[in-house]
Amino acid sequence: MANGNGKVGLKERLSQAGDHIRTSQVWTSIFRPGSPFRHGYTDSPRNRSYVIMNNVLYHLHPVKVKRHAVRLSYTLCLGGLSFFLFILLTITGIFLMFYYRPTSPQAYLDIQALSTDVAFGQLVRNMHRWGAHLMVLTVFLHMARVFYHGAYKPPREFNWVVGIVLLLLTLLLSFTGYLLPWDQLALWAVTVGSNMGAYAPVIGDQVSFALIGGVQITPDTLLRWYVLHVLFLPFIIVVFMAVHFWRVRKDGGISGPL
Amino acid sequence: MAGLPDHLLRRSAEARAKAEGRDVEEILAEMKGEAPPAKAEAAPAAEPAPAPPAESTPPPVAPPASGNGARNLEAESADTGVPVPLLQRAMEARAKKEGRELVTAGAPAAAAPATAEAPASAAPAAAPAAPPAIPEGVTTQRLLTVVKAGAIQQVKTSPTDKVSVWPHLLAIEFVALMAVTAFLIIFSVFVDAPLLEFANFNEQPNPSKAPWYFLGLQELLSYFDPQVAGVLIPTLGAVGLAIIPYVDKNPAVKPADRKLAIMIFSFFLFASAILTIYGSFFRGPGFNFSFPWVDGIFFDF
Repeated sequence: MANGNGKVGLKERLSQAGDHIRTSQVWTSIFRPGSPFRHGYTDSPRNRSYVIMNNVLYHLHPVKVKRHAVRLSYTLCLGGLSFFLFILLTITGIFLMFYYRPTSPQAYLDIQALSTDVAFGQLVRNMHRWGAHLMVLTVFLHMARVFYHGAYKPPREFNWVVGIVLLLLTLLLSFTGYLLPWDQLALWAVTVGSNMGAYAPVIGDQVSFALIGGVQITPDTLLRWYVLHVLFLPFIIVVFMAVHFWRVRKDGGISGPL
Repeated sequence: MAGLPDHLLRRSAEARAKAEGRDVEEILAEMKGEAPPAKAEAAPAAEPAPAPPAESTPPPVAPPASGNGARNLEAESADTGVPVPLLQRAMEARAKKEGRELVTAGAPAAAAPATAEAPASAAPAAAPAAPPAIPEGVTTQRLLTVVKAGAIQQVKTSPTDKVSVWPHLLAIEFVALMAVTAFLIIFSVFVDAPLLEFANFNEQPNPSKAPWYFLGLQELLSYFDPQVAGVLIPTLGAVGLAIIPYVDKNPAVKPADRKLAIMIFSFFLFASAILTIYGSFFRGPGFNFSFPWVDGIFFDF
């Protein structure tokens, strides 16, 4: 303990304090048994199991996976990255919501203000936009990867269907967000895009009317798509993602039954 | 004890010999249902023999006079189909429980010669622990049995080579997340998201393009009726994708065994990619064909 002159050194004090914190009731209540952050964690096969089993990650991953499944070249992490991009988009999206009002001139002015008045505003907006495009890409590539591995075969047929729904929801999320900057690009891209849907027989006009809140895009559409973009579609996609991940675990895990 | 390998019998006999302090050979002989060797005389002497006179046992017919439950086991066995040794054991057990003396009427016939020769000791009463020799043609059962090669549990899946998720998979995932985050931040620092002029309903830019993931469809609009390109094809595309697992009945996952499926899927994949790229970069004003390196790029991300 003593460092020669009878005093307790700073290093020992720090390590003592660390031990004290990590054995405290608060700390042990946060980190369940088996957590690497717990006092006295040692690397053993048993503890490696506990790290997953006693963790919220157990919802996503089993304790062990097949060796070939962890090869990066097998899944390319595309499914996981899609999920991670969704989280990233949620975080940056919430940030953007603090500075954005979905009304006609104000929306555009708020986006402009992001790049001039708001600290890191432009950066976060860029991340949100590029992240969204990247997510469309990763979801699409994830689908292609799953197809080429034949990973939709029994018992995983239904999870493929859920995945297709997730792809469509991703496209819808991206499309509804496209209008929000309320500039020429947003307005006319959405006009072209939604005109295509309006050609649907029988229900086309009604669906189009309900979605854009009128016969053509107006400032009302902005509010409507804003609510769809930040509330309704994320809610739906989270539900489908939960089912998707749960089925991945139940149907054999990543890279499943081969 | 038929069918038990000799070495197992011997081991069992040795164990019992050790426990009871008797001779191994004697117990072994007892187990095999043979007459114990001559030394066996010592054994009954050690036990407090209730000893009905040994000479009285041989008669095959029960002395009816006993009156305390003596039975003709052979006759009973013939009636009920229960092997004599079992009847014998049951009787012994009951006698013990009720505290009565055991009276055996019909000692098993096959055992008779052996017991007769041996000096009176192998008689059931003298050594209740020793089962009588098994008569010819009677099969006995024991719970203990020798299980030959082959596991009791049926193992359906062969063990696979697995690794712990922590740290192997989680480490890879963490690195992947960090890499994507870094890429996104750096890309966002250098490339700004587009922001054109304020939305103007009266001034449509030329060309007007949908978001890039719909540009394949918009490209189709140049060739087909909107009902086909805007509605029919995307609907068929989405439904077609969703029903792939129910149409593709081929259970194989090896690429070599599912060439047709891969061919069809790749065809649509490349078709949509080509249409998207074509619509994005090779369509200029009026959505007419243009080379991006001649007329410039009419594409906003």
